[in-house]
Amino acid sequence: MTSIAKPPVRHPSSRTNGLGLTLRDYEGAMSTLCAGCGHDSVTAALVQAAWELDLEPHRAAKMSGIGCSSKTTAYFMKQSHGFNAVHGRMPSVTSGAAAANRDLTYIGISGDGDSLSIGLGQMSHAIRRNVNMLYVLENNGVYGLTKGQFSASADIGSTSKKGEANEQAPIDPVLLALTLGATFVARSFSGDKKQLVPILKAGIAHKGFALVDVISPCVSFNDHEGSTKSYAYTREHEVEVVHADFVPLRREITVPETNEDVSVVQLHDGGSVRLRATAPDYDPTDRDSAYAHVRACQARHEIATGLLFVDETGRDMHDMMRTVPTPLIDVPFERLCPGSAALDKLMDRFR
Amino acid sequence: MSGINDFSFKMGTVNGTGSASANALLMQAIFRMGIPVTGKNIFPSNIQGLPTWYEVRVSKDGYTARPSEVDLVVALNPSTYARDVAAVRPGGYLLYDSSWPLDPDLVREGITVLGIPFGKMCVEAFEKDRDRTLLRNIAYAGALAALLDIDMDVVGQMLTEKFGKKQRLLEANHTAIRLGYDYAKANFACPLPFHLEKMDATGDAILIDGNTACALGAVYAGATVGAWYPITPATALMEAFKGFCERFRVDKETGLHNYAILQAEDELAAAGIVIGAGWAGARSFTNTSGPGISLMQEFIGLAYYTDIPAVFFDVQRCGPATGMPTRTQQADLISLAYASHGDTKHLILFPANPRECFEMAVESFDIAERFQTPVFVASDLDIGMNDWMVKRLEWDDSYRPDRGKVLDAEALAKVQKFSRYVDVDGDGIAARTLPGVGGKGAYFVRGSGHDKHAAYTEDSDAYQEVVDRLKRKFEHAATVMPKPEIHRRAGAEVGLVTIGGCDAAVREAADKLEAQGIATDVMRIRAFPFGAEVRDFLGAHEHTFVIEQNRDAQLRSLLAIELGIPRDDMVPILDYGGMPLTAKVVVDAVAAHLAGVPA
Ligand SMILES: Cc1ncc(C[n+]2csc(CCOP(=O)(O)OP(=O)(O)O)c2C)c(N)n1
Ligand code: SF4
Ligand SMILES: [Mg+2]
Repeated sequence: MTSIAKPPVRHPSSRTNGLGLTLRDYEGAMSTLCAGCGHDSVTAALVQAAWELDLEPHRAAKMSGIGCSSKTTAYFMKQSHGFNAVHGRMPSVTSGAAAANRDLTYIGISGDGDSLSIGLGQMSHAIRRNVNMLYVLENNGVYGLTKGQFSASADIGSTSKKGEANEQAPIDPVLLALTLGATFVARSFSGDKKQLVPILKAGIAHKGFALVDVISPCVSFNDHEGSTKSYAYTREHEVEVVHADFVPLRREITVPETNEDVSVVQLHDGGSVRLRATAPDYDPTDRDSAYAHVRACQARHEIATGLLFVDETGRDMHDMMRTVPTPLIDVPFERLCPGSAALDKLMDRFR
Repeated sequence: MSGINDFSFKMGTVNGTGSASANALLMQAIFRMGIPVTGKNIFPSNIQGLPTWYEVRVSKDGYTARPSEVDLVVALNPSTYARDVAAVRPGGYLLYDSSWPLDPDLVREGITVLGIPFGKMCVEAFEKDRDRTLLRNIAYAGALAALLDIDMDVVGQMLTEKFGKKQRLLEANHTAIRLGYDYAKANFACPLPFHLEKMDATGDAILIDGNTACALGAVYAGATVGAWYPITPATALMEAFKGFCERFRVDKETGLHNYAILQAEDELAAAGIVIGAGWAGARSFTNTSGPGISLMQEFIGLAYYTDIPAVFFDVQRCGPATGMPTRTQQADLISLAYASHGDTKHLILFPANPRECFEMAVESFDIAERFQTPVFVASDLDIGMNDWMVKRLEWDDSYRPDRGKVLDAEALAKVQKFSRYVDVDGDGIAARTLPGVGGKGAYFVRGSGHDKHAAYTEDSDAYQEVVDRLKRKFEHAATVMPKPEIHRRAGAEVGLVTIGGCDAAVREAADKLEAQGIATDVMRIRAFPFGAEVRDFLGAHEHTFVIEQNRDAQLRSLLAIELGIPRDDMVPILDYGGMPLTAKVVVDAVAAHLAGVPA
C-alpha cells in the first residue's frame, strides 16, 4: 500500500516532562497513513497525553488489531513493547497480557471494523471482564485498509465514495459500552485535540476498561459529501455535552477553577477528572441519564462528545479474579509449585 | 479365557440416574483389594435419559486396555437390552432387574441369566422416590460384591469415607448394598467362576484420569494463566486446575490468588488470552477439543510466526458439533501438526496415559518457553476422562522451569543492540524480552510481515529469512523432543507403530501375538516432529503396521510426509468408531495381514 509520509509533528520546544523526557521521546516510527488521515491526529494526541502524564514509556504496552487504525501503535512510544494482533482480537491478547502482568499500562488501538464487526464479541467481553486498559476506537465508518467498504458504524443513509447508501442500522460503541457496564465511556473527534487529550489522560488513569470512541475521518474513502464521518459533518454536528479536565494528583493547582457546575471524580491513582456538563440535566455519573442523552442527541443528528460516563468504583478484572497484587509473572516459582511432599499427600486421595 | 482376577464386566444404565457413584465404588473397591483394574465410561452427550455404560476390566497381569470381551453384563436400561445381551461372551452372565417379567430381548442361548428384583426391593426399603432411584445402583453394586467376591470390609470402609457424618445417607447406602448382596448370596452360587481374590499389585499405583493429571502438571510447572471455553471432553481439565489452585495457590494471609483463570467468550479469545499472557512472560495454557482447535487456527499461526510460547491441551473427540462428542478419537493429528495458514508446523506431545499426561504437561511448558512457540499436548477422551491405573505421580523438588532465552534488564545492558529475531546461536531460537523491561528491549509483535529485527517488511528476502529460521527451530526441536518408547522382542520381523492411548491395547496385542508365535517390536511415538529413532525403527522390519484411531491413517501420513517413508511400506490398522481400542482389533488385523487375508 502506498502512502504519503506525513511531516513529523513540529514541536514548539524541547520542554521536558516530570521524567525529563521530551515529546519526541514519546513518538514512534514515521506514519505511513494517508496525509490528513484522522488516525494520525489521534496518534499525536496520544503522544501528548502520555507525555503530559509522565508515563514511563517502557511500562506501557501498545496493543492493536488490524486496520489502518491498528497500524498506528507503531507510530508512538517506540520505547514501549507493541503487539499487532490479528483482526478483531486485540482485546483477548490484552486480557491475557494484563492477567500476566497487571503493572503495565495497556493502550489498545482499534478501528470500527476491528471492534464493531469481526471483533464485536471480543470488545464486548473485554468490557464485561473490565480489563484495565485504554481502548481507543478510531472510528471512520469504513474499512480503510481494505479500501472503503462500509463498516458497522456507518449511519443509515451515509453514502460511500461511489454514492451507494448504507441501509443497515449502525452500532454505536458508546451506547454498547454503556449497556455492557463499561465504567469509562467517552467520545471525541480527532480534529479536537483540546478535548481529546484530557480524555485520553483520564482514560489511561482510569482503573478498568476505558472506551474512547474517536471520530477519525478517512480522507481516502469517507470524507466526501454524504458521509456522516467526514471532517465537515463531524465539525458541524459535534456537540460537547461534557467537558473533562484531567487533573493529575501532583498538579492540582495548575487547572483553573471555573464558576460553572463542576463535578469531580476521584481516580484510582489519586488524580481526578473535573467534569463540566454543558447540557442541562446531564449527569455523567449516572448511566441511564448518559444513555438517554446520547440517544436524544442521535435523534437530533448530533454527535454527543466528551467524557460521557465515568464510574471509578467498579471492580476490574483483577478485583473479580482476586489475584495477588504482585504481577503473576513476578510470583516466584517456589510459591507456585506445591512440591513433592504435597504431591505425595495428594496421591493418597487417588487410591 | 476369564478366570480369577482376569475378567471384565459392564453396567448398562440410563444417564442421570446416579450409576456413576456405584460404578466408582466397585472400581475402587477392587483396586483397594490390590487387584489391577481399569474403568471405561461410555457416556452420551446428554444430561439425563440416554443410555450409558461403564466397563470394568480386572487384570492380574496389569492390562489396562478396553477388554476384548465381556464376561458379565448388568442390564438395567430396557432401551439397550438387545445390545447388552449381545455383548455377553458365550458362556457369560447377564444380570437384570427382575422386578418386571423377563423381557424377550433378554433371552439368549448359551449365557446364564440372573434376575434380582432391585427396583422392587428398593421401593420396599426406601420411602423417597429419589432414594429408590439412586440406591438401586448401590444395590446392584452389592449384588456384584457377592457374585465377584468383593471384600465387604473394603466396601464398608469406602462408604464410611464417602458419607462420614451424614448418618442417614450412610445407613441408606449400607441397606442398599446389603439388599443386593444378601439376595445374590441366597439365590445364586456365589461367587461366579470368575471372581476376585486379594492381590498385592496396586501398592504404588493410583486411579486417575488424564485431565486431572494434566491440570496437576500445569500447577506443578508453575502455569499462572489458564483460559478456556467449556467443551467436552476437555472441561474437567480446567475444573481440576481450579480445584488444585484453590488448594495450593491461594495466599494464606490475604486469600488472594496466585493464578488467573479466564473463562473466555469462545476459543478464539481463549487462544488470544494465552498468547497475550505468554508474550507477557507467564506460563499460560488453554484446554480444548477439536472444535476449539479449529477456531484457534489464526492465533496459532500468529504465535508461531511471532515466536510466542503457549500450551494447548487438545483432548480429542469425534468430529464437529453434535454427534459423538463423548466418544474418543485421534483424528486431530494432522490439523495440529500443520495448524493455521501459511508455512506452519508445530510441536506436539502425545501422552499415552494419565501419568504421562502429568509429565508431559510439565514438559510442554518447558518446551514452549524454550522454543518460544505453541506446544500441543494431544490427549483424548479415553485418556482424559477415564480412570486409569498408573504408578503414583512423583515430583523432583530440584525442578526449575526452563524459561528459555529471555533477556532481562541486566542482560540487555550488556548487549549493544537488541534484535528480536536474530538467530545468534544458530539453533533457530532468538532471545526475547518481556514487555515492561525497558532500555533497548522494546520490540513490536506483528504477524508474518516482520524482518529479523522485528521491523515491518514486505521484502521477500527478509520474510524468507524469518520463516527459514522458524524451520531451523523446528528441525532443532526434533532432536530434543521426547523419544519414542520402544519395546523389542528377539527376532521380531513385525514392527507395530502406535501413538497415545492406543499404547495399552497394542502392547497387550504384542503379548497375544507372541503367544501365537508372532514376535513384534512395538514403537510408541511420543512427539512431533519425529526424531531419528522413529525413522530408524520404520525401515527395520519385514512388516510395519501403524495403529491409530482415525479413518484416514493420519499418523501414517505424517510419517510419510515428514520422513519420506513410502506409504505402502506401512500397513494401517485403523479403529475410529469412537471406543477405546481393544487388543483384539490389533491381533486380528496383524494375523489376517500376515496370513494374506485381505483387510
Ligand atoms: C481475518 C481477517 N479478515 C480480513 C482481514 C482484512 N482486513 C484488514 S483491515 C480490515 C478492516 C479494518 O477496518 P477498521 O478496523 O475500521 O480499520 P481502518 O482501516 O478503517 O482504520 C479488514 C477487513 C484481515 N486482516 N483478517
Ligand atoms: S485509507 Fe483512510 S483510514 Fe487508511 S490511512 Fe488512508 S485515510 Fe487513513
Ligand atoms: Mg475504520
